[in-house]
Amino acid sequence: MRWFPALLVLALAVALAFLTLPIVAIFVNSSPADLVDSLGDQGARDALWLSLRTTAAALAIIVVVGTPAAYLLATRSFRGKALVVTLVELPLVLPPAVAGVALLAAVGPEGLLGGAVDAAGIQLTLATAGVVVALTFVASPFYVRQAMAAFASVDRTLLDASRTLGASEARGFVRVMIPTAMPGLVAGGALALGRALGEFGATLMFAGSFQGITQTVPLEIYNRLGTDFDGALALSAVLVAVSVAILLAVKLVPRAEVFGGAPR
Amino acid sequence: MLRVEARTRLGALDLDLTVEVAPGECLAVAGPSGAGKTSLLRVAAGLLRPEHGLVEAGGETWLDTRRGLDLPPERRRCGYLFQEYALFPHLSAWQNVAYPLRGSDRRQRAAALLDRFGMSALADSRPSTLSGGERQRVALARALAREPDVLLLDEPLSALDARTRAGAVRELGALLRDADVPAVLVTHDFAEAAALGDRVAIVDAGRLLQEGSPSDLAAAPQSAFVADFTGAVVLTGTAHGAPDGLTHVELDGGGAVTSTDRAAGPVAVSVYPWEIAIEPAGEAPHGSTQNRLAAEVLSVTVVGNRVRLGLAGPQPLAAEITRTSADALGLRPGVRVMASWKAAATRVVAV
Repeated sequence: MRWFPALLVLALAVALAFLTLPIVAIFVNSSPADLVDSLGDQGARDALWLSLRTTAAALAIIVVVGTPAAYLLATRSFRGKALVVTLVELPLVLPPAVAGVALLAAVGPEGLLGGAVDAAGIQLTLATAGVVVALTFVASPFYVRQAMAAFASVDRTLLDASRTLGASEARGFVRVMIPTAMPGLVAGGALALGRALGEFGATLMFAGSFQGITQTVPLEIYNRLGTDFDGALALSAVLVAVSVAILLAVKLVPRAEVFGGAPR
Repeated sequence: MLRVEARTRLGALDLDLTVEVAPGECLAVAGPSGAGKTSLLRVAAGLLRPEHGLVEAGGETWLDTRRGLDLPPERRRCGYLFQEYALFPHLSAWQNVAYPLRGSDRRQRAAALLDRFGMSALADSRPSTLSGGERQRVALARALAREPDVLLLDEPLSALDARTRAGAVRELGALLRDADVPAVLVTHDFAEAAALGDRVAIVDAGRLLQEGSPSDLAAAPQSAFVADFTGAVVLTGTAHGAPDGLTHVELDGGGAVTSTDRAAGPVAVSVYPWEIAIEPAGEAPHGSTQNRLAAEVLSVTVVGNRVRLGLAGPQPLAAEITRTSADALGLRPGVRVMASWKAAATRVVAV
């Protein structure tokens, strides 16, 4: 074999080993019995249930607000659009701990809008609602970015056609743009879901870590690390399984005819 | 009656067009790409708002920039056929046609429209599985579903292959004859415009150059552009009146031709390829042809039962003759010939 192809193969082999070894190790070190045992534990069950609820709530907020926002950014041009897009994407590069501090400074008890939040009778810090806020903050850019790209790649004459056929832009948005952009929207949703499910830093800083209230799976894993490594491994295995399922869904969905991804 | 006036700047294009189309009439707007043809349709449909414009259709005003009136596209009853048809990829053929329809009988009405275009069997097919011709029929059925006051057709044949096109011209022609609303058809191909338009408007760089019946345009082009666009050979030269009342044109690059048209100064001379006769080089002039240019055969292209010759003379020429004649003359690239045509077939316009 020539040296250059050999180098390429070697690089890939190193990368693959490095990236998969830790994941394999989780499953090697935790037997199925441990997995089942760990799920019998009240703390683990609370954490899983909380993670699912908060992630679902955050994803719902992200999709409901993010879809029209992404559509606007993808289909209109206006002054300062590049700045708006950059601001929307900012949380992507923000360290999670900084995101947590930033949320405290904004809507925490002593924050900019703390008084207003308090007056509205909403408690965010040390409350489940705070977890949802933290997840939404860190995960929404993943969805909005992908949704923007999905809408931008839809042929604009489809929307023109919809309008000449008597449909308002709102109707065209619902009946044409969303279905044709669906593979991209699903991909963006899966990315946001994955990010929200694994969220650690911002949640810990902003909402704290209380079992059943703000202690999501990643926080519970960290909590167990010192005392119950096997339990931490088992919970990690559950999280990996969910993540792999999401990744597979994203890889498979764009080819699904259900969403009208017309092969071109 | 449809009236569209559009005056606006679009990037490098300065659009200034006014067209009027009677009910049941089809106006073919022909011109090169970038001439502003599609923009005219978009103004009519409300997809493009001109700086100054007026759109009146079916007795209603859809756009009047002076009065600040501008109906959104969904409130203008336009049947718009898009260039690539713009069928919704996630909907089946019948769902595409039913898109503008309301009510519980929308499926039946869509089926009836598809049936009219011979597409019943493919009602449940997705656009991605249809051929170009089938997509066009679905798109036409969809455009008619709203019972439009105006038909706007953007390059209806350009997405079809040559074999499908002939059939589509027939179908489209029949559809346009049956329609009792004004229709505007946009094309970059003069032959297509001539086949489908009752009237042809030739546009270039956002301006209307000439308007008339296809045969009028071909027979009496008022500019070199129109002559060239309608398929004529265009030669440039300098004209002056001759004592016999004819016009004599000294061609740039050598040679001279005579025309029955009157003109003086720098001119464009046009003649249709099928008016040009070919003789072997060196033969003495005979018959009634006044214009004779020596040329060398560059290319020989068979077009059906005819042969199109590319000729290198003082300026490039093209001639169309029958295959029989081409064979008899032994024409092939490199052969020297004499191209001749009558002064009466020679159009001269000042440039």
